[in-house]
Amino acid sequence: MTYVSKIYIKTSDAPPKKVYLCHKNDIFYDLSKFLLMKTSAKRYLLILFFIFISSGGLFAADNTHIDSGATAWMLTSTALVLLMIPGLAMFYGGLVRSKNVLGTIMHSFVAMGIITVLWVIVGYSMAFGKNVMGGWFGWNSNYFFLKGIDTNILDAGVPEYVFTMFQGKFAIITPALIAGAFAERVNFKAYCFFIAIWSLLVYNPLCHWVWSSDGFLFHLGAKGAIDFAGGTVVHISAGVSGLVAALFLGARRGYPYQVIRPNNMVITMLGAGLLWVGWFGFNAGSSVSSGLSTAQALTATQVAAASGALSWILIEGMHQGKATALGFASGILAGLVAVTPAAGVVQPYGAMILGLLASLICYSAIQFKNRLGYDDSLDAFGIHGVGGIVGALLLTFFIRPSWMHDAEAAAGGKWTLWNQLGVQGLAVTIAIIYAAVMTFVIIFILNKFIKFKSSETDEMAGLDRAYHGERGYGMLNPS
Amino acid sequence: MKLITAIIREVQLDKVREALIEADIKRITVSRVSGHGQQRIEEMYRGQIIIPDLIPKIRIEIGVNDAFVDITVNTILKAARTNGAGNVGDGKIFITPLEECIRIRTGERGGTAI
Repeated sequence: MTYVSKIYIKTSDAPPKKVYLCHKNDIFYDLSKFLLMKTSAKRYLLILFFIFISSGGLFAADNTHIDSGATAWMLTSTALVLLMIPGLAMFYGGLVRSKNVLGTIMHSFVAMGIITVLWVIVGYSMAFGKNVMGGWFGWNSNYFFLKGIDTNILDAGVPEYVFTMFQGKFAIITPALIAGAFAERVNFKAYCFFIAIWSLLVYNPLCHWVWSSDGFLFHLGAKGAIDFAGGTVVHISAGVSGLVAALFLGARRGYPYQVIRPNNMVITMLGAGLLWVGWFGFNAGSSVSSGLSTAQALTATQVAAASGALSWILIEGMHQGKATALGFASGILAGLVAVTPAAGVVQPYGAMILGLLASLICYSAIQFKNRLGYDDSLDAFGIHGVGGIVGALLLTFFIRPSWMHDAEAAAGGKWTLWNQLGVQGLAVTIAIIYAAVMTFVIIFILNKFIKFKSSETDEMAGLDRAYHGERGYGMLNPS
Repeated sequence: MKLITAIIREVQLDKVREALIEADIKRITVSRVSGHGQQRIEEMYRGQIIIPDLIPKIRIEIGVNDAFVDITVNTILKAARTNGAGNVGDGKIFITPLEECIRIRTGERGGTAI
């Protein structure tokens, strides 16, 4: 019996690359076939049992040779994406009041611990395994504790470990982004449980749908819903979840009457800079190669970030008279977020327009938020949610012609940009609804066990003292 | 005229400020200070218990005309005291006579300048 499991790696315009991971004469495969034939309710339990007892190391290395160029870039990208997390910590940390600076930084840092552990145990399997539970998420026993990929090399010529770790960094940053929406008022323990459960029930399934070879959004339309580096999976899901969480928790004490201002814009700016640098790994690394598509993604990323930042300070200058540093940083982020789904398919002029539109729309969204009065503390929804939606939808109008030709060929005739816009719209809608509903359910249930929102005393004392027993600036004798 | 100086817990600043605004006392100077009084706190540093020499506090300074001394003091007392009965470390209030008060913009002096 011949059996191969395939993963399609997201690429830009090249047709998806097939990656052979598992292989012939897999005794466990036969066993699972047998189990699958029985249509009883115990089926899943049996499969799970089988998954847990099966051992790794049975799979010989593929014949694929390592492409050292691609591997070198993917290793670099993996490190760059990790760099975004301290970047995000600094960006968010500078924006809160000084009593919350460490607590906010810890929201990002603790994600590096929790999500990495979860990703190795089950996350990678849930995201990139074969469909189970009707395609809700994936599962592959070889990925459990990553035990079966010790010698695997993807068809792209990259060791699977590198791909796993690269993807793991995306899984880390996504829940960390959410923290911006409810900064300064969340119980640390509840937050830890929240991001763990959220990662399992929201991130992994979404990642599976969009990027796994058998995910249903991967196959939507002619050439799938375009999400190059995570506009839907990362930014829309994090932004929307943040909004739901912020609404559920309610505002910070004193908001919006009490003025709440950044404690240190300097670290915010440095954080924004690190995010920009890290984003090259995030976007250009998502080509899982080191070649043309990498270069295209890298260029689009740089152009969109620059045009977003410039647009933001121009808009701000016209609206309120001054170009703020925070505005520039917000523009960088808006541009980068919008180009994330698009980096593989847009050309520089498209990236430039996307950056401009993202800043314009995100800026308006934040003004609108101020009118509505809900407390999305650091505008996680205003920038990541809105920017992600803008990028995922509007990228349709700037797709490079060669991609559309391929799509036409795949569709076997006509494939217009309106068709693609429909696909993008559907993918975005599904992501929004799924993230919103699941986040609400998770917080609602979690809140029964641990109060998600800080008590008033803790909030007034600040997260640093209440949950960490430390202070950000001068631990013993503050200046 | 009196100068009211209150040393309070950092945590209570929001409450004290809100209470003062409610009592229509809006002019205020706030600073971060460290000091040592009766209170002794323990903090953890890498698993070791340490007793900080100086504890961070907030200092509030308000210059008032004599008629407003009581209301200011009572408002601070009420808002800065923790758990109803109060705890060691809630702080102190000092009242000192204020010789003169001058508004820089106009140069006017005395009670009207406060």
